[in-house]
Amino acid sequence: MSLSGRRPDGRTYPDPKSGEQTLGTRRRLAGFARTLRDNGFRAGLAETSDALQVLASPAATWPSALKPALRSLFCATHSDWERFDKIFDAFWCGHGMRTRQIVSGASSATQAPGRRLAEAKVPAEALKLPDHTKRRSDDGDHAADGRGRREGASRSETLMAADLRHIVDPDEIAATHKLAARLARVMRARLVRREQIRRRGVRLDLRRTIHRNVSHGGTPIDLAWRRRKIKPLRLIVLLDASGSMSLYTAFFVLFLHGVVDAFREAEAFVFHTRLAHVSPSLRDRDVTRAVERLSLMAQGIGGGTRIGESLATFNRWHARRVINSRTAVMIVSDGYDTGAPEELAREMRRLRSRCRKIIWLNPLIGWRDYSPQARGMQAALPYVDLFAPAHNLESLAALEPFLAKI
Amino acid sequence: MPLKREEISDRLAAVGYVADHDIATALWLMDFLKRPLLLEGEAGVGKTEVGKALAAIHDAELIRLQCYEGLDQNAALYEWNYQRQLLAIKTREGVGEDADAIEEHIFSERYLLERPLLAAIRRASPPVLLIDEVDRADEEFEAFLLELLSDFQVSIPELGTIKAISIPRVVLTSNGTRELSDALRRRCLYHYIDFPDVDREAKIILARTPGVDATLAVQIARMVAAVRKEDLRKVPGVAETLDWAATLAGLEVHDLRQEPETVYETMMCLLKTHEDRARMTREVSERLLGKVA
Repeated sequence: MSLSGRRPDGRTYPDPKSGEQTLGTRRRLAGFARTLRDNGFRAGLAETSDALQVLASPAATWPSALKPALRSLFCATHSDWERFDKIFDAFWCGHGMRTRQIVSGASSATQAPGRRLAEAKVPAEALKLPDHTKRRSDDGDHAADGRGRREGASRSETLMAADLRHIVDPDEIAATHKLAARLARVMRARLVRREQIRRRGVRLDLRRTIHRNVSHGGTPIDLAWRRRKIKPLRLIVLLDASGSMSLYTAFFVLFLHGVVDAFREAEAFVFHTRLAHVSPSLRDRDVTRAVERLSLMAQGIGGGTRIGESLATFNRWHARRVINSRTAVMIVSDGYDTGAPEELAREMRRLRSRCRKIIWLNPLIGWRDYSPQARGMQAALPYVDLFAPAHNLESLAALEPFLAKI
Repeated sequence: MPLKREEISDRLAAVGYVADHDIATALWLMDFLKRPLLLEGEAGVGKTEVGKALAAIHDAELIRLQCYEGLDQNAALYEWNYQRQLLAIKTREGVGEDADAIEEHIFSERYLLERPLLAAIRRASPPVLLIDEVDRADEEFEAFLLELLSDFQVSIPELGTIKAISIPRVVLTSNGTRELSDALRRRCLYHYIDFPDVDREAKIILARTPGVDATLAVQIARMVAAVRKEDLRKVPGVAETLDWAATLAGLEVHDLRQEPETVYETMMCLLKTHEDRARMTREVSERLLGKVA
């Protein structure tokens, strides 16, 4: 598109192509598209040129039609839809003064990537599935063999068992993070492989059978079978990021990243006094940046935990979109709820009726003499399918067979 | 020649669809840019109705594809008529034709069963293709749909490529049970439909339900708007409103204020789960009625 006219005065010139269109409007439109892009819209060249067409059409003569028309054109999601009017008014009526108001920190983060947090340096190779895990065919391998393939076996052995609270040395933290990422990866590798074995259909594919058997006079001798595709498990993780969990949060954020990356369909939420949807930030391929951003979100959170209220938000606004019949919900929390236990119970019941399994991971189970006395925990327990410890890497690894069965 | 926006508004009104300004613009834009329209919104806000109304204003055939989990190309695009194919093989074999000739014969147009997507591109005059609840179909199907929507041609391995005779007007609806791909979203124009405001809902009631007068229609619309604000599991949609209006008309109710008992009892038209029903007690119903009527 030739929007590159370099007239600094921005005066209006008749445009040779569309007659009435002026260079000025085209520039303004390009500016508008840029503003939208800055605000996270996906306004590409195609949209801009379509918008130019609209401006050149009779629609431009009905001012009331212009906004809805551009809105239909540039919006792609409900959140776009809700923000569009504001941006439109700011740009066209406020003369573009507030154009960059909502630019997020994301762009500044891109400018200075990987500068910080040397210990969170999970290498990009960690994201790639190592081939040999896929090719292994013996079925006897269980969670334990994911350990110590690269580290010295004994060292990771101790790390696997150490309570995450007690790992303070930066080197050890880095090693722990690596282990966590690998665990999540191993989990995926196994799940995928099992799926492939299971793919054995029982339905006859008529279309192919007939095609193959034309030469047998249509008598179905050579049968074509159809395999039923098994939908991958979807995993929703709700992570408690309250003060009482703070010792574990940083670690779980990294684990979350591994999990969201490993499952094709996974969503993650963080909650403390309210609920935040964090999957988009976790999907960032740059692990360091994703983890950093999320750690920031999870930090600086004091005050009580409102588990019941957060679950209510989840049930009301997110559940329908993210939960299907093959969904496991994993709640990572210590169960210290400052809200009413009745509310938590009610929301747990609602959640239970929607999803396939609820897994509750509680780091406190690993503590000696712990029993789930917290009122919130008591209220939630009846609806939980698996109540498991999550204080060290071993306990997370132990989850894998359970997830594979869902 | 695409219709003007005013004409679209007028015609929508003529076919009984009470449109707001924006949807008329979106429908106009869809014709102008020749792009599909993606409608999103809560269940029951009347997304499907837009497709039907669009077909009505253009006097075009409506071809509807209801998506569901596991929908595949066989059900959406085409299928072979197996029974006839088998018969044909038998009869021709009896005559002594060779296998190649038989194969060519049974994989011809005569044995092809059109399914909605194929039907939509093979009509002489452009139909309206309504792809309902596209979020229910899986990603593979969505990718296939994307290809169809950009090229408007399909290839059938046994038969070759079939090009569109006319380009259908495509409306997709989504309830947001799954996130749609960015590619599909970018391909489409987007319109978010909200629950109608009281004014528009009253107009819809008037247009669709005989035997309801203007005051009652407004009362019903306000009552429904109040019910929607309650914390319900299933928020009543426009269809539920119309059911309720019809029920009230059938019971010859003329003023909601006079008959709180009937209002409470007929509320089942709006509330579709046991939990919501239990929540909407007599007291709540009367409180809402007191506020709106």
